[in-house]
Amino acid sequence: MMLTMVATQPVYSEVLLDLAKRDSRIVTVDADLMRSVGSGAMALELPERSFQMGVAEQNMIGFSAGLASCGKVPFAHTFGVFSSRRACDQLTISVAFNQLNVKVVGGQAGLTAALNGATHQSLEDVAIVRAIPGMTIVEPCDILELRQAIAAVAEFVGPVYLRMPKVLPMLLGSEGYQFKMGSIRLLRDGRDLTFVTSGVMAAYTMDAVEKLDAEGVSARVLNASTLKPLDRDALLNAARDTGAVVTVENHNICGGLGGAVTELLSGTLPTPVVRVGIQDTFGATGELSYLVERFGLTPDDIVAAARRALSLKAGAPRAA
Amino acid sequence: MRARSIRSLARVGSGHLGGCLSAIEVLTTLYFGVMRVDPTNPQWPDRDRFVASKGHVGPALYPVLAEKGFFPMEWLDELDQPGGRLTKHVDRFKVPGVDLSAGCLGQGISVAVGMAAAGKLDRKDYHVFALLSDGELDSGQVWESAMSASKYQLDNLTAIVDRNGLQLDGWTDEAERIMPLEPLADKWRAFGWEVRDVDGHSIEQLLPALREPSAEGKPVCIIARTVKGRGVSFMENRKEWHHRSISAEEAEKALAEVLGRENE
Repeated sequence: MMLTMVATQPVYSEVLLDLAKRDSRIVTVDADLMRSVGSGAMALELPERSFQMGVAEQNMIGFSAGLASCGKVPFAHTFGVFSSRRACDQLTISVAFNQLNVKVVGGQAGLTAALNGATHQSLEDVAIVRAIPGMTIVEPCDILELRQAIAAVAEFVGPVYLRMPKVLPMLLGSEGYQFKMGSIRLLRDGRDLTFVTSGVMAAYTMDAVEKLDAEGVSARVLNASTLKPLDRDALLNAARDTGAVVTVENHNICGGLGGAVTELLSGTLPTPVVRVGIQDTFGATGELSYLVERFGLTPDDIVAAARRALSLKAGAPRAA
Repeated sequence: MRARSIRSLARVGSGHLGGCLSAIEVLTTLYFGVMRVDPTNPQWPDRDRFVASKGHVGPALYPVLAEKGFFPMEWLDELDQPGGRLTKHVDRFKVPGVDLSAGCLGQGISVAVGMAAAGKLDRKDYHVFALLSDGELDSGQVWESAMSASKYQLDNLTAIVDRNGLQLDGWTDEAERIMPLEPLADKWRAFGWEVRDVDGHSIEQLLPALREPSAEGKPVCIIARTVKGRGVSFMENRKEWHHRSISAEEAEKALAEVLGRENE
């Protein structure tokens, strides 16, 4: 049964303010989306450290690079579509090429932008940012992890893209979990195949796993909480142990999580990989529940992908 | 400085010679008459910052930095050599004294605005200087950054526009009309900046313009009227010299002119 989803922005706003009260280097930079992505709490309580750039994302990212070059830890906020697409060159040159400690938050990731429609659904942001050398990408899959990830991102030295879904479930897996930069999150152990998920799709995958349980299929679920760099050891071990992989992402199957996992395995430990995600099309307008149906990301779709992966593992004709 | 810049570019055989020669006086005045820097401690937190938003000005900046003592003069021979330290687009990891790696036009000024905002936040008294090309002003990001600098009243920021009138494809305002910029001073004023219009080859005019703080508490824009290819008759005001190859004979002729003028 699907878990209740909670809005991430109020949590983000509060957590960042707490961190900023303890770390005077933390500042926020916004592009007129503070109420959707950023930290309104910062603007209210620490206004001197909250910079509003207006609808000017390229300047926002460059400005943040300047703050970082003088020792600040800027968190720059906008929707994922703008932080990755519109400010791509600034993120690449002003931030990454200069190795500046800027934290870019891409809000309302992928289909979670829902009613904002195709123009606002970042289905290519991971592909874009992943191709920029030196970038780290983090995407939490529940509220517990979001809280921990914000703190870890603030502490980490180097540019980070924090991909933040608009909504997340409160908790998947164990309460004792602790996010660690660069480590994959084991949501469930299993031996027949491995799901590698990211963000909001982890919850849908956990539903699919229950259905597979009923069929006697034991699935491991790994959430790629750090999307770049991928946790190489955990992925190779899972591929070796289970022999089949299904990636599940709220992103185009080109260049995102599915691409990254395939790249890693193909050159090291060739393993059948079935990619669940948006099939190289633009998004659409609708509630998340509708969009998940429309783009083939439901638990049933994930189960079907698992069956394909299992048949490939069993040696089914590869041109299935 | 002019001769050293020509020599290092001649050794490579190509580069943005025109836009380097137009900026020589600005750079020399900044480093020898205005900026608070310590060549023995390039990362000094209280230093004045310089951002080459026109990142291709490296070959003009390096002789100045070397003369100032940031690195040995011999490094100038390494310009654009494979694995060499000096590249035509400035690189902060390779060159002591460079505060930002740049090269993609329109970006540096935003970073300079962020540096100035950080200075204000930390109650520090350093000043941030950014050198822009006039062609760069076509880029929307420049005007986004101009608005933000004015909003935050960053009177610790000075943008210098190397107004040589020529960009790669031709004249900004005349002939080709690549993208007319005039009335340029009015534009910057409308964006909330204090504007100083000076002869960019006159150190007498540049010095006070770069030194005097804004009386109005605003960021300052210096429009430095310059000549592309300044000092070499066959390069001056010729768009071909924005970026092109330079032969040994051309270099020799250019150096003779420049050195002849300096000895006058």
